[in-house]
Amino acid sequence: MAERYVLAIDQGTTSTRAIVFDRAGRMVAVRQREHRQWFPRPGWVEHDPMEIWANTQRTAAQALRDVAASLGEVVALGIANQRETTVVWDRATGRPVTRAIVWQDTRTAELVSELCARPDAGIVAERSGMDIAGYFAGPRLRWVLDHVPRARERAERGELLFGTMETWLVWNLTGGPDGGVHVTDVTNASRTSLMDVRTCRWDPELLDFFDVPAVLLPEIRPSVGQLGVATALSGIGSRAIPITGALGDQQAALFGQACFAPGEAKCTYGTGSFLLQNTGTELVRTRSGSISTVAYQLAGEPVNYALEGSVAVAGALVQWLRDGLGLITTAPEVETLARTVEDNGGCYVVPAFSGLLAPHWRGEARGMVAGLTSYVTKGHLARAVLEATGWQTRDVVQAMAADSGLALPALRVDGGMTTNNLLMQFVADVLDTPVVRPMVGETVSLGAAYAAGLAVGLWADVETLRRNWHRSAQWSPVPARAAQLTAEYPTWERAVALSIAWGAPYG
Amino acid sequence: MPGTVQSIERAAAILQVVAGSAGTLGVTDIAAAVGLAKTTAHSLLRTLLGVGFVEQDRQGHYSLGPGLLRLGTSHLDVNELRSRASNWADALASRSGQSVRLATLDGPQVVVVHHVFRPDDSAQTLDVGAALPADRTALGRVLAAFAPHRSTRGPQDAGRAELSTVRTRGWATEHGEHLAGTGGIAAPVRGSTGLVVAALGVTGPLDVVLDRYGQPRARLVAMVLEAAQAVSRELGWRGQRVAVGTTGG
Repeated sequence: MAERYVLAIDQGTTSTRAIVFDRAGRMVAVRQREHRQWFPRPGWVEHDPMEIWANTQRTAAQALRDVAASLGEVVALGIANQRETTVVWDRATGRPVTRAIVWQDTRTAELVSELCARPDAGIVAERSGMDIAGYFAGPRLRWVLDHVPRARERAERGELLFGTMETWLVWNLTGGPDGGVHVTDVTNASRTSLMDVRTCRWDPELLDFFDVPAVLLPEIRPSVGQLGVATALSGIGSRAIPITGALGDQQAALFGQACFAPGEAKCTYGTGSFLLQNTGTELVRTRSGSISTVAYQLAGEPVNYALEGSVAVAGALVQWLRDGLGLITTAPEVETLARTVEDNGGCYVVPAFSGLLAPHWRGEARGMVAGLTSYVTKGHLARAVLEATGWQTRDVVQAMAADSGLALPALRVDGGMTTNNLLMQFVADVLDTPVVRPMVGETVSLGAAYAAGLAVGLWADVETLRRNWHRSAQWSPVPARAAQLTAEYPTWERAVALSIAWGAPYG
Repeated sequence: MPGTVQSIERAAAILQVVAGSAGTLGVTDIAAAVGLAKTTAHSLLRTLLGVGFVEQDRQGHYSLGPGLLRLGTSHLDVNELRSRASNWADALASRSGQSVRLATLDGPQVVVVHHVFRPDDSAQTLDVGAALPADRTALGRVLAAFAPHRSTRGPQDAGRAELSTVRTRGWATEHGEHLAGTGGIAAPVRGSTGLVVAALGVTGPLDVVLDRYGQPRARLVAMVLEAAQAVSRELGWRGQRVAVGTTGG
């Protein structure tokens, strides 16, 4: 019998990747293509949706051809995507009315502060689960309607469509102007500020608040279930592939890490770090600085929620040590440098390069190196750089524990920094919790594949997926060291407070 | 006593000219400076380009290449090595069902620099940093066989013959000599210059790694070789161009 495969498309911030997985959850083909980053003005970040669609077709066709030789059959397609990036296009021509506004883009800052000042601003947090912020897609859609010539008028006539990246890709994969399906998955919809996070429907009052016409919006669908049929992939014969899974990338990583039970959590250590903890089918209202968001939904089942803590700077701090200070020539060498000393020598680095996200949400904070004495060497600085990522993980985990009351049995990790043994041991010690790394590091695309494969019965249930998850490494906390770091934690908190104070207006 | 090798002398002269020219000379000028025919200079430069000792800009001007600059600091950072090898090591563990280790020489010591658990979720402990016996493990045998100064130390004659076999066939095994009941297969990982910088291998229960005649299972050997070559390519090795270690002891 021919092997059955799932094709995952990981539409990320810098590239689009097509990865084919087998039933054991192992990668059998990978194709990748980067796209251009447009920076038309300070603070603006854009992508060309047509380029991303072309890259998707190309990488998917290549990956499908790679497995065609092995006589395997690709039975489903799943998508994971960069979240909150906003596309608006003409439904008749399939042409975007402007380039996609990327999640890192800060052009809506002014609009957001106007919206925050309105007396009815409280409904946004109450309904959507998140405070008003330029981080989410809703304000970007509003910006397009306000600034692109004739956009509002054309939107109201029903000529335009809105979507995040998965919506754009599903619409194109299913035929585009010729019968394309206009849908979004519930995790992506939860990042717009336009959806009622309890009912998982577009909320008329939120649409009024953001002044967005409902006619633009895609239909909200479960993350796992039929979305459409991909007829547009060339080079693979005439067979069409059902699209049966879609998730925002961080939710996909949670799914790929098999965090299906309340309390289970994953942290992805990349440029920034993103920690998501499954909170089950009950929505947890946050008071401590994490975000309440949708984790995933299987068709016909209740929504699973998550708490999320995003940290802007993790690996980016190591890059700064390399590119900004020239203390190392490659990022992994930070561990070599850090191991030249026994401890941080009293040095703390707070990487608030453009403010602090979770759990502080202080945009004015600025970076700080605290505790310098002539004793401190570059080795201590390297250690403080790695520890900063560990301390920030503790900040986020503490905030989540306060909100959810859920114990963290173990932290599942992925991302480039997980090959750093010094950092991973520090995270285990600072959290006093085991840290485990899975065999398949590509958790984002694996999550998309799992979602799609689950919907077509390639895997029977989430328990089957759980059995596919295997540890490739584990770091266990050392009790004495954990106690020492707990005693040291207030010193870190003091450094954070100083970095917030430094950025505050004075005089 | 052997005589000097003319093409190496010529290449050295070219490198001296390139080093002194600060990236301003093309092949014609370089040929003139060292007194060679342009075609001779060109083929020497192509070779130097291939091994990364020179590089060429869009105008065709030559400057010293990264391969040459790295010679002085040829030590490969072990954390960098782990980072580059990680995906391939995971894939090897996943496909073989066995634990995977990457080891390097630290002086005379064989040290584990990366360890991927056997994918069965049994209790296992990371042994990154642990020293392994060079003469009783597949990883150690690979590193001993391909060590740059192997003639100055190493085991007795019988061991030498064995290391010679490892060099010829390109992989090594262990049959329970280090840990009772544990077998292993390892292969060399080469850096960009072709030198062996590490060994990558699997270990597992003897009857899984070896067949009933005590021979390593061909499927596992192929997987280990494939993974070791993939890591080598990741480190910039380009096939057999500089085949260090295949000439025997």
